[in-house]
Amino acid sequence: MNGMSPIVQTVARFVKVFILLYGIYLTLTGHLTPGGGFAGGVVIASLYILLTLAYGKKFSLKYFPRKLAGSLDSVGALIFLVVAVLGFYFGGIFFANFLQKNYPGAEFSLLSAGTIPINNIAICIKVASSLFLVFIIMAVARIIDKKDGSKDYKQDQEKE
Amino acid sequence: MGIELIMIIILIFILLGAIIAVEIKDLLSAVISIGVVGFGISIAFLFLQAPDLAIVQIAVETVLLVLLIRATIRRDIKSTHSHINWAGLICVVVLCLGLIGFGYFALQELEFGKPAITRLEEAPSNHYLKQGLTQTGSANIVTSVILDYRAYDTLGEASVLFTAIIGALAILRGIARKKKGGK
Repeated sequence: MNGMSPIVQTVARFVKVFILLYGIYLTLTGHLTPGGGFAGGVVIASLYILLTLAYGKKFSLKYFPRKLAGSLDSVGALIFLVVAVLGFYFGGIFFANFLQKNYPGAEFSLLSAGTIPINNIAICIKVASSLFLVFIIMAVARIIDKKDGSKDYKQDQEKE
Repeated sequence: MGIELIMIIILIFILLGAIIAVEIKDLLSAVISIGVVGFGISIAFLFLQAPDLAIVQIAVETVLLVLLIRATIRRDIKSTHSHINWAGLICVVVLCLGLIGFGYFALQELEFGKPAITRLEEAPSNHYLKQGLTQTGSANIVTSVILDYRAYDTLGEASVLFTAIIGALAILRGIARKKKGGK
């Protein structure tokens, strides 16, 4: 997949920082304002999809390789599960909010609500990397109609 | 202007987008019409005081769906052939009539725009609204429900997404396994 016209590339270059900041803002203040990990992750994933459309596949895979995306996907899920098991260990219940119980932060401040911001960050990492991964896989695969009517799946030939 | 009038205008907008998405020949225009439907639903959520859902809706259905299909669509299947599928049409009509009947009888019991928990004092939602800030410390009650009271549900959703990614990776992997004795 190649890039698009210079107009799209210039607009993407100006806009990308604001999209990334908005995704991070939605994630980090998910326990105070509307938003949360899922919405922030989707926004960050759509930033990478926009960069792939504007600059081509090689550009975005240089900064976000497929192996890194797969690892981050697993790391996000693992952080979520570890927080849940730690709640079982410290609080006695699966997913107990042990940080809020022991060290309650000031209400309406950024460092409050115990484990909820950690879970938000984990879900953001997971959703962003997995949606980007799905996009890359689906953009690379092609369906080829053979002459005898059957269909064949094929990947783009270039090595990463 | 009452909330009902705003909702009726938005619903007509959504219906127009959906009809255009079904009837238009060009696939890319159909996808953009689906984006219009998602945008209308997002505005409707905003008027019904659910900003969390509005953000997710506009991010997923308007931005991500259009981008994904724009990226994965092939250039040589731009137009579709339209022929009437009678069995599907009858199913859709019956389903729509059922939904309209359900909505009519449901709105007989409940007033539109009033949450159902106002009629039931001991509902769990009342407990979340009253005790959510002191128990979890989260100012956003929706987040305190999905990541504290009902975090087990969120774990299930995360594992569904994880499993879907593993399946997609396994089916569409880049390097095929070599067959013994094959080509």
